[in-house]
Parts: sequence; C-alpha cells; structure tokens
Amino acid sequence: MLSYVARRILQLIPVLFGMSLVVFAIIHAIPGDPAMVILGERATPQALNELRERLGLNQPLYIQYWHYLLQTLGGDLGESIRTKKAIAQEIFPYLAATIELSLSALVFAAVVGVNAGIIAAWRRASWFDYIAMLVALIGVSMPVFWLGLMEQWVFAQKLALLPSIGRYNARETIHAITQFYVLDTLLEGNWAGFWDVVKHLVLPSVALGTIPMAIIARMSRSSMLEVMKADYVRTARAKGLNEFWVIYKHALKNAMAPVLTVMGLQLGTLLGGAVLTETIFGWPGIGRYINDAISFRDYPVVQSGILVVAFFFVLINLLVDILYAYIDPRIHY
Amino acid sequence: MALASTQTVSKYIPTHWYDGWKRLRKQKTAIVGLSIILFFIVAGLLAPLLAPGHWDGQNLAVRLQPPSAQHWFGTDDLGRDLLTRVLYGARISLWVGFFAVAGSIVLGSILGLSAGYFGKWIDTLISRIFDIMLAFPSILLAIAIVTILGPSLVNALIAIAIINIPTYGRLIRSKVLSIKEEEYIAAAKVIGMGHTRIILRHILPNSVAPIIVQGTLGIATAVLEAAALGFLGLGAQPPQPEWGKMIADSRQYITTAYWTVLFPGLAIMLTVLGFNMFGDGLRDALDPKMKQ
Amino acid sequence: MKKIVSPILGVLLAVSLMLTGCGSQSTTSPSAPQAEKTLIEGRGGDSVSLDPANVTDGESLRVTENIFDTLVAYKPNNTEIIPSLATEWKASPDGKEWTFTLQDGVKFHDGTDFNADAVVFNFQRWMDKSNPYHTGGDFDYFQSMFGGFKGDKGCVIADVKALDKTHVQFRLTVPQAPFLANVAMTAFAMASPDAVKKYGDKFGQNPVGTGPFVFKEWKPNDSITVVKNKNFWQKGLPKLDKLIFRVIPDNTARLTALQSGELDLMDGLNPSDAATVKGNSKLQLVTRPSMNVGYLSFNTTKPPFDNVKVRQALSMAVNKKGLVDAFYNGMALPAKNALPPSVWGYNDAVKDYEYNLDAAKKLLAEAGYPNGFETDFWAMPVARQYMPQPQKIAESIQADFAKIGVKTKIVSMEWATYLKKTKNGEHPMALLGWTGDNGDPDNFLYVLLDKDNANPPAASNISLYKNDKVHELLFKAQITPDIQVRTDLYKQAQLLIHDDAPMVPLVHSTPLLASASYVKGFIAHPTGTERFTEVSIEK
Repeated sequence: MLSYVARRILQLIPVLFGMSLVVFAIIHAIPGDPAMVILGERATPQALNELRERLGLNQPLYIQYWHYLLQTLGGDLGESIRTKKAIAQEIFPYLAATIELSLSALVFAAVVGVNAGIIAAWRRASWFDYIAMLVALIGVSMPVFWLGLMEQWVFAQKLALLPSIGRYNARETIHAITQFYVLDTLLEGNWAGFWDVVKHLVLPSVALGTIPMAIIARMSRSSMLEVMKADYVRTARAKGLNEFWVIYKHALKNAMAPVLTVMGLQLGTLLGGAVLTETIFGWPGIGRYINDAISFRDYPVVQSGILVVAFFFVLINLLVDILYAYIDPRIHY
Repeated sequence: MALASTQTVSKYIPTHWYDGWKRLRKQKTAIVGLSIILFFIVAGLLAPLLAPGHWDGQNLAVRLQPPSAQHWFGTDDLGRDLLTRVLYGARISLWVGFFAVAGSIVLGSILGLSAGYFGKWIDTLISRIFDIMLAFPSILLAIAIVTILGPSLVNALIAIAIINIPTYGRLIRSKVLSIKEEEYIAAAKVIGMGHTRIILRHILPNSVAPIIVQGTLGIATAVLEAAALGFLGLGAQPPQPEWGKMIADSRQYITTAYWTVLFPGLAIMLTVLGFNMFGDGLRDALDPKMKQ
Repeated sequence: MKKIVSPILGVLLAVSLMLTGCGSQSTTSPSAPQAEKTLIEGRGGDSVSLDPANVTDGESLRVTENIFDTLVAYKPNNTEIIPSLATEWKASPDGKEWTFTLQDGVKFHDGTDFNADAVVFNFQRWMDKSNPYHTGGDFDYFQSMFGGFKGDKGCVIADVKALDKTHVQFRLTVPQAPFLANVAMTAFAMASPDAVKKYGDKFGQNPVGTGPFVFKEWKPNDSITVVKNKNFWQKGLPKLDKLIFRVIPDNTARLTALQSGELDLMDGLNPSDAATVKGNSKLQLVTRPSMNVGYLSFNTTKPPFDNVKVRQALSMAVNKKGLVDAFYNGMALPAKNALPPSVWGYNDAVKDYEYNLDAAKKLLAEAGYPNGFETDFWAMPVARQYMPQPQKIAESIQADFAKIGVKTKIVSMEWATYLKKTKNGEHPMALLGWTGDNGDPDNFLYVLLDKDNANPPAASNISLYKNDKVHELLFKAQITPDIQVRTDLYKQAQLLIHDDAPMVPLVHSTPLLASASYVKGFIAHPTGTERFTEVSIEK
C-alpha cells in the first residue's frame, strides 16, 4: 500500500512539471503585448520598455520559464495586474467559494444519487426504477447553464422562493474567518447568517450537482444490482432477514467502492465545471476569477488561477486513487 | 430467406457486428436514442425546406412574440423566428459534435497506437502528455485554447477536439496493449509483416467497437461543450444560430419572454440525450465487457 | 423502517437533516438591529482601484465619489459647478491664474489635516512623472484633461502653489476654458498625503479621503463596504450608516435581487424591464439624465471609408428610430450629433441623414460601389450605458447594410483588446460610445473628433477623422472664456462634422436605474457617478 502511494506521488512529479509548462505556454501564446495592456494605450515606448524589463518580458522564454518555475515552487503566484495584490493571498476567498459550492453540490449529488440508485435497484423494473433512470439520463444530458437559468426563472423569479445570486445577502454581516461561509457562520453562532448562506447555496448546488447526481445514481444502481446477486445477500435473504437490513448493511458497504470513486472524480470535475455555474449565479469563485482575468488580460491571474485549479484536480484524483486502493483491497496495482 | 441474408451479411461484416446489431435492435433506449439523433439530423439537413423563415430574417416589428400559429417557438429580440433558428442550430451542433469527435479520434488513435505499439520512451512520453492534459478540468482547458485561437465556431471545435484526445488515446493504447501479446500478432511479426500492416490489419479493427461506443457518447459531450463555449461567447459568433449562443443572448428576456431560452435549451438537451441513449445501447450491444 | 444505516449514508443524511433542521430554527431569529441604516447598491462590475486619479472606469469612480471630495463639485442633477472643499475661486482676467480658497478645519479620514499643502501634494503627484508618488497607475484622466504631464508640450498647468494654509494658486500655460469643470471631475479628488506616502502604489486598495464615507472593506468581485464618516464637514450628513456596492453582473439577476430585497438600489436596468419596475409598488424607476452618445465609427483612413459618399450612404442605412424602439424601449433619443442635447452648444439646426435604403444604394453606386462591398463590423463585447446590447444592435444594423449590398461580418473580442485595437485604428468600422465627464462640449467634440486625438495607438477619435477647419474651431473654443462665443464655435464645428460623416451618431440613451420605494433622496447624476450624502432609507 505504502509503496503504491509513494509510486503514485512520484508519478505526479512529471505531471506537475508538465502542467506548469502548459500554463506558462498558454499565456505566452495569447496574442497581445502584456506590457502594452498593463500600461494602457497611451504608454510611451520608454515606459513600455521599463515595464518589460521589470517583468522580465525581454528575456528569452526559457529563462522566463525558469524564473516562473522557481517563483511558483516558492509559493509565489505573482501579483495581479488589476488589483496589484499578491495572487497567493487574493486567490483564497475565490478558491474557498468554489470549494464550498462544489462540496455542497456533491452532498446534494450523493444524498439524492445514492438513495435513488439503491431504491431503484431494490425495486428493480418498478415505476420508480424507470423514472429514476430516465431522470438520471436526462440529468447527464442537460446543459448546466441552461438548467441554472431555468432554476432561477422558476424558483427565484416566478416563485420567489430562493435567492439566485451570490453567496449571501449583504445585509447579513459575515466575518470571513475561514472563507467557508457555512463554517464561518456556524463558528460565530450566527444562525440567521448560516441559514442565509445555505439558502444561497441551494440553486447553484442543484445546478452543478445534477450531472454528478445522475452519474452516481446510475452507478449505485448498477453496483447494487451486482452485489444483490452475490451469495451472501441471497443467504441473508433466505435467512428471512428484512430486505432493508440486507441492502443497507451488507450490500451497500460493498457497492460503495465504485460509487466513492465516481464521487471523488466528480468533485474534481465540479471544481472545473463551476465556471458556468458561477457565471449564472454570480458566485465569486475561482472560475469567475479566471474568466474575469481573461477579459482584463490579467496574465498572472489567468496563469496562477488555472494552475491552482489543475493542482487541486490532480490532488483530488490522487486521493481518490489511494482511497480506492484502500477501500477495495482486491485491486492490486 | 432469413438464413440466406444472414450468411451474405456475415460474409462482409464480422459476425460480432451482426450480433451486435441484433442485440441493439432489442434495446429500447438505443432505438429511442437513434430515433432522436435521426430526427435532428433530418431536421438539420432539411432545415431550408422545413423552416418557415430565413435564419437571420430580422424584423424588429415582431420582436419577442410568444409562440403562436405563425411562429411555433415564438420570435427572439431581433424578431427572428425561433423555430427556424433552432432547426438551423441542429446543423451547427451536429457538425461540431461530429467533427470534433472525429478529430479527437484520429489524433487520439495515432497517439494511442504509437504509444501502445512501440512502447518504451514513446509510450512514456505520450502517456505523460495525456496525464498532463487530463490534469486540467476540460472546460478550463477549452477556454484557454479558445482564448489563444480567438473566439469562433471553428476554434471552439478545434478546442473540443484537442481536450478529448486523451480519452480516445488511452482507450486505444490499452486495447493495443491487450492485443499486442496475442499469438496471431506474434505470428504476423514472425512472417515479417510491417508495423503499418500489423496496425492496420489487426490492431485497428479490434479497437473499432469501443471507439464507436466512446465516440457516440463523446458526441454528446462535445455538443454540450460547444454549447457551453457558445454560451460564454467563445464559440459561434452572431448571427450564427448556435443553441448555446442563443441562450446567452436571450438570457435577459427569461422573465419577459421565456421561450427564447426554453427552446434552444430543450434542443440541446434532446440531442445530447439521444446520443447518450444510443451510446449506452451500443455499449451494451457491441461490447458487453465494457458495461459497468 | 430499521434505523441501520451505513456510516457514509449516515453522514450524508445527517448533513441533509442538519441543513433542513437549522433552517426552520433560524427563520425566527432576529435580523440585524434596525438602528443601523444600510443601503446596498447593485452594479454590473467590480471597481478596478479606488485611487480616483488612477482610474477611468465608472465602477471605480462611483465608489471614490463617496470616499473623496474634489475642490469644486457638480450639482446633484447636472454639471453646474458648486463649492466643495474650496469655498471660493477666481480667475485672473487673462484666465491663466486661478486662486482657490479652501475650507478650514476639514480632516482626512486618517485624522490628518486637509489644507493647501495637501492640494499641492495631490497635483504634484498627478502632474509630475518624476514625483515619487506618481505610482499606482497611469493618471490617464490628468493627462487627457490637462493636456499631458509636466514637461509635455500641451500641459496646461504650469505650477501649483500654496499661498497660505487655505489658499492655493494655479498658473496655466494657456487659458483653459473648461478648467473649472475639469477640476470638479471625480478623478481629481483630494487624497490624504500621509496615506499616499504610507501605501504607495497600494493606495488604490486603501483609499483615504475627506468624503462622506470611510472605506471599510473590499471583497473582490463581490462587494465594497464604506461606512459613515462621523466627522464629515457637512454637519449631520451623510444620512446612511453604511453603504455597500455589490457586484451582480447580469442585469436580470440584479433586478431579481432587488425584488427579493437583497438590494435597495440597482444600476443598469434593462430597458425591457422598465415596465416590470413600474408595475411593482415596492419599487421605483429612476432615470439618469442623458449625457452620452453611442456611435458607429468609420475608420476614415481605410478604404472604402475614406470616401465621404460611402460614409454618407451608410449613414442613411441606419434605422435609428428602430434601434431606439427595439433596444432602448424608447428610453433614448436618435442622435444626429456626437454632442448630446443635454450639453450646451448642441446644434439642433443639423439635419440628420434620413433613413432611406434606396437613396443609400444610389449614393453608394455614385461612390463607385454599385454592388456594395464586404467588410468587418466591430461590436463591443460588453453592455454600456449608451448601448445596452451592442451585439444585438450590430446584428440589426448588419441586416440593413446587407440590403444595400454591404455585407458585414460582426467581429468581437474582449473589452480590453477591443479598446486597444480601436484606439489603434485597426477596425474598418466599430461601435463605441462616450459618457460625458464634466458637461463641457469640449469633453465630447474635442475628445471624439479632433485631429489632436486621432493618433494611433492612443486615438480617442477612433474614426481618425482629421479636419483642420474643425480643429481650428475646437481649439479656439478651448481657449476662449466667453461661453457665447464658444457655443457658436461648437455649433459651426457640428455642421462640418455632419457633412463629413466620420461616424454615425446612433443614440443618446437615458440610462435606467431602479430602487426600492423606501429609498429617498437618490438623484442619478448625468456623469454616472453620484453621492449618497443625502440619501436615506425611510421604511
């Protein structure tokens, strides 16, 4: 097990290295002279040169890359052109917003998906099974941004049930300690604020969580069906045990490994896929941070934003792999 | 009669293909999916005949009209008939979906075959490139690529093709690895068959089934990705009737003219649903082992 | 049902129960104390920086307007000059020397004194590129309003000096007619010298002024919070305790937030949503006096647009009335001049090109293009006050142009690039617009159509229109103090410009805002930035 973990981590090194190269290359392939953009259109050639000098834009690319690599390894993600703040420090609230949304979407996806999958398997070929699987199929086919808009239309605009924009109502004072507002409000015992934050999470989480929900539902159903065929389940049933006992105690435990993997992989996808959801729901997350930076040509932010998301993505995949190997000892690598 | 036809068919098509088709016909979802796909293909092809108007026929006097006998899907904010635009949109989405996936498959196959067949450092290099590409959330990578190339439908297609290369590349590579050690390949090598011939005659045909399955599901993903890029303004440009772009443009009218957002969205959903259903069915029929 | 649940499912269920459970409990808990009066304004984008001298975008100036004061200010609903930090001012007969008398006893938010030295410090910082505090940005507004920096040929300000604690004197190189109007601009606000020295190029994140509100917190892309300045020099004001500027990019979503009570006021209401607001008794519609122009610029240096007949023909093919009805819901005037009618000097005698596709086609044939031509048509990627839906407007104009044989391809790119490339004259034709800064015709005509500003890569006259006669008129108007004479000069210039048709002025829009009906005393200013000093919440 340990050697497996060590090997997986070692394998990551070239990937991380390649990632940094790609991110570096992306920025230099974007048309436009960064110095001109930073200084504005009326800059004198002299001022442009000074800036190029300062940012090292005059040096050969490989030197620029080397500097970039050293800087990044040292935890320095550069400075935003637009706000002039250190990105490593500025990025955190955005990252926290995205992680909070992704986790919340995953909770939704898992609670609904796992239960729907189990019931569908338990009542195989019933109307519930058919409907659940049809909904799951539609769920994976839905454009996230369209679903989000429809949710806003129905639940925020027509029915006025739920807020549709942002993380919280600005009337609530939230002291961002951890930047995870659900936690922050709980830590302070600010129940009104907590409830407000949760309400703001509902619509975007459902939008973002629908695809994973659908995948998890299908996955749980099929792995439950596999397991239910197994001998010990049949034995348990033959012993006259209550079916719920059988399913939840025996079957679920065994069916969980593949489902967990899907959940883990989906969390990674959620982090990236949040771009669209964040656009629709005005969520101040990392997707919007990067998107805005692209339109402001804030190169360092685009670079570091993509790098950070990719880093998390890789990290989560690693954890999932390890967890999978741990849960399911039958799998040898 | 039935027997005879089976024999003639099986002469040209490998038996498992024919069996696959027989299995596929029994799959209700696959047939429904195929019908949806065919419906949209026909709609797209016959759009000039079916559509009541011109896809860019503006008439500000009839802007934002609700669905009616004259405009079944209503009109948009430039007074264009939405049904017409949705029909023409089918052309764009299917075109992007199909060619993006074709591009990914061609490039993915070349890379996957090289990696699997030649092994050694070629394999290591290509596999690491795949790893790196997969390290980025796909939509972010697509956004980055379009930012470099500039926003347009063709560039969106290219971006989607690129980000999906590793999916097919890895699939082919693993297939190659599993086939490579089989006896008949070894035999082929012994009798002095060249690399290209081995790959073309033996390895490629064996990888076709999973590629078709993955490709069908891949079109679904590609259609969604194209719509997402269009929605972000990074894909199709006005006045092209691309579904995602249509939704983005009509976003602000959702409370006053819901139809401008509803119908393009339904079109995306149905198309994707069709490919997903058909893909699922194909997988069950062609490659039962892949089922999981 | 037996209560045996797997650990994972248990956790998930527990979480979901917790979510629903807490909800019912907390709905009854009291909200924030009523005593504190908070107003939340929703807007489309975040500020770039809160250093007023270093920004040009409305979303930044909107906030700094409430943190800082200028020497003189505009009236709440127009651009008439009123006293602010300066109580009196006078110009020498030749118009080259201006003396301002300052209020005594005003303090910056950091407790330091505002006085003549502070004024000198600020002007030195802006005008002198070698000043150690000339940092944090490019001081664009100073450069464009005062003809450049110290040492530049066109720089209007020769020097600034403190006569005593409350008197400050400006010496100008030439008499600048709009000088006072320029000094009143939000951009030329007095910053605390101590704070500038302390924060350096990070002053934009730590603004310290003398204004009605004190900067408190900035959550990027989310909200900026400012709180009441208890020592504000206008006694008893401001009426609000807290003012929050919240970013909600989508106009429709912003309206939803206003309807649900998450906002008290919103900028950038879609014209198509005006009816919704009017029909809601809890909301009120606010109109911003129009002082802008949205236009279609022809690059007069690129064929076929170097041909005046082509430009005139295309001018005839634009259905301005149709655009106003469709995209502004009638809340705009079709434009015939680059100058809006709300600014003095407007020439109503100019007769607009009539919308007539046949005549346009004929003129195009005369110009040598009987079968039309093909070209790119640039459209802005973002909504502006003068143009809520540039892409759609482009599509609409595109259809009309096609009818006279001019086939266009709509081209768009992200906003920063768009500005850069149009200023560099790379477009054949492009949509753009301008919102007035100070209510002086110079701020429209000189900026948009003088040959001085037609120099890539920094052309604000993106048509690159160069007419010596127009330049003569505009320059003379700039250095003439007499407003009657200036009016006359501007009117003549507008006639010449009309004949040359370097651009199609499309509309002067009336931007719309909406607020909750309990918001009192809010007046939208034509420049797009307003103070909240007198605004109150009366529930």
